[in-house]
Amino acid sequence: MEPTALERALDQLDSAVASVRAAMEGMQAADVADAAGALAHGASGGAIDPFVFRLAIFVLAIFVGYYVVWSVTPALHTPLMSVTNAISSVIVVGALLAVGISASGLATGFGFVALVLASVNIFGGFLVTSRMLAMYKKKDK
Amino acid sequence: MSANLASFLYLVSGVLFIMALRGLSHPTTSRKGNLYGMVGMGIAIVTTLVYATPSFGGFVLIVAGIAIGGGIGAVIAKRIAMTAMPQLVAAFHSLVGLAAVMVAAAAMYAPESFGIGTLGAIHAQALVEMSLGVAIGAVTFTGSIIAFLKLDGRMSGKPILLPMRHIINASLAIALVVLIILLVTTQSTTIFWLIVAASLVLGVLIIVPIGGADMPVVVSMLNSYSGWAAAGIGFTLGNLALIITGALVGSSGAILSYIMCKGMNRSFISVILGGFGGETAAASDDGIDRTVKQGSADDAAYLMANAQKVIIVPGYGMAVAQAQHAVRELADKLKAAGVEVKYAIHPVAGRMPGHMNVLLAEAQVPYDEVFELEDINSEFAQADVAYVIGANDVTNPAARDDKSSPIYGMPILDVDKARTCLFVKRSLGSGYAGIDNTLFYKDGTMMLLGDAKKMTDDIVKAMDH
Repeated sequence: MEPTALERALDQLDSAVASVRAAMEGMQAADVADAAGALAHGASGGAIDPFVFRLAIFVLAIFVGYYVVWSVTPALHTPLMSVTNAISSVIVVGALLAVGISASGLATGFGFVALVLASVNIFGGFLVTSRMLAMYKKKDK
Repeated sequence: MSANLASFLYLVSGVLFIMALRGLSHPTTSRKGNLYGMVGMGIAIVTTLVYATPSFGGFVLIVAGIAIGGGIGAVIAKRIAMTAMPQLVAAFHSLVGLAAVMVAAAAMYAPESFGIGTLGAIHAQALVEMSLGVAIGAVTFTGSIIAFLKLDGRMSGKPILLPMRHIINASLAIALVVLIILLVTTQSTTIFWLIVAASLVLGVLIIVPIGGADMPVVVSMLNSYSGWAAAGIGFTLGNLALIITGALVGSSGAILSYIMCKGMNRSFISVILGGFGGETAAASDDGIDRTVKQGSADDAAYLMANAQKVIIVPGYGMAVAQAQHAVRELADKLKAAGVEVKYAIHPVAGRMPGHMNVLLAEAQVPYDEVFELEDINSEFAQADVAYVIGANDVTNPAARDDKSSPIYGMPILDVDKARTCLFVKRSLGSGYAGIDNTLFYKDGTMMLLGDAKKMTDDIVKAMDH
C-alpha cells in the first residue's frame, strides 16, 4: 500500500524526534537552540538550516511589532518605552544559562553581572510602567 | 523538560509580550497588558531554570542575583519622580546594552553552556550573530549613558562637535567589520574585547554631537538599538522569546524615532549627524517690530475667567518647573467657573515621546481632556485663550510662514490663532533650537514672564479675588 501523507508526516516527525534525542545526547548541556534547530532540520528533511527558521520568526515579529506599535496611542508612548525596556530584559535567559550551568569561572562572573543588570531592568521596568499606567484616569462623570 | 516544550514555552512568552504592547492601544487595556508582560517574563525565567537545571551553587547565585537586581530596580521604580522619566528610561536602556555585552562575553568564554560549540571552536555563524549583538549592545550602553547625562543635566545639552567626526565614526564602523571577520577566523577573546571597546567609543561619538532638543529621537533610537542587541543575542542562543522580543522592541523604537523626526520635520539622518540646537541665532534686523506686550498674573486670571474655551499647551518648561499640579489646579478653577478646558500636546514636547502625557496623568488630569496635535489644532481658532506653559519652538509661527526659518515645515500648534495667547516664559530668550519666536511680537500675544509654576500659582490665587 502507498504510504499516506499522514504516514509520511509521522515518519518525518519520528526522524525529527530522533534528531532531537541525538542532539540531546551529543551535548550534556544541550541548548534549546540546537535542539529546536535540529528539530526543524529533521522536519525539513535536513535541507534547511535552522537559522532560516529563526530568521523567519524574526522577520515576522518585526512586522507584528510594526503593526502593534502603530496602534499604540501617543498618550502612552512613555509607558511603551518603559515596557519595551522591561521585556527586552528577557535577555536574562542568557544570563541564567551562564550562571546556572557554565563551567568557566569567568563566564559565571559575566553571567552574574548580566543577571543583576537584567533584574534591575525587569523589576524596575515593569513596576515603573504599572506606576505610570495607574495614573491614567478618565474624567469622573 | 524536553527541548520542544521549552521552545514552545518561550514562544508563549513571546506572544505574551506582543499582547503587552497591544494592550497599550488604550489606557483602559494597558494595565492588563503590563500584567501579560510580567507573566511572559515569569514564564521565560522559570522555563530556563527548569530546562537548564542549575547546580545548587548556581541556583543560589541566581537567586542572589535576581534579589540584588530586583531590589535595586523596585526601589528605583518606587522612588523616581515622574519628571525624571526620560533619564530613567535612558539609564535602563544602558543596562540592557551592558547585559547584552555580558551575556555575549559569557558565551565567548563558555560556549558549551550555550550549545554553540567549544572554546576556540565556536560556530562561525554564532560568532557573527554574537558580535552583532555585542557591538549594538555596547553602542547602546555608552550612547545611553551620554543621553542620560544630557537629560539629567549633568552634561550640557549643547552638541559637542569634534572635527572630522564623520570620518572617525566611519573608520570605527569599518574597523568593527574587520574585527568581526578577524574574530570568526581567529576565535580570539582579545579580538572580542576589541570589538567591545570600539563599539563603546562609537556609542559615545554617535550621541555627543546631538543637541538637547533632539533628545526624543535619541531616546527612541537607543530603545530600538537595545532591541536589536537583544535579537542578536537571541540568534546566538536560538531563543524564540529573545528573538521575538528583540524584533518587537527594535521596531517599536524605530517607529517612535520616525514619529519624533516627523514631529520636527527633520530626517533621521540629519538628527544622527547632529549639531542641531545650542547655537544661538543672532537677532537679525528683518523689520519685524520686536515689541512685546507683557502682562501680569491678574491680567491672565481676568482673561481666562472670562473665556469660554481655554487650551493649555504644556512643554518641557512645565516639566522643569514641576508645574503640572499647579496647571491642574488652574484647570479645575476654570472648569468650576464654567470654562471649557483642553490640553494640546505636540509630539515632540518634552524630552521623550509621551513625556507631557505622563506628567499630566501624574497631576490627575483625565486623559480624555488631553489631545494630540492633529486632533486639536483646528480648535485654536475657536479658543479664547491659549495658555502656553514651557513650550516654545513647537508654537513658533515661523515654522509655518517663514520659508527661511531653520524649522520651516515643522508641524506646530496654531496657538497664534486663539484670540489671546498667554505665553509663560522665564525670559525673552529663544528656545532650544535657538530660533527667535515670532509669536512673541504678535498683537494677540501676552507674555507672562516668570517661573512656570509660580506664575500658574499666582494666576490661581488671582482668580480667587
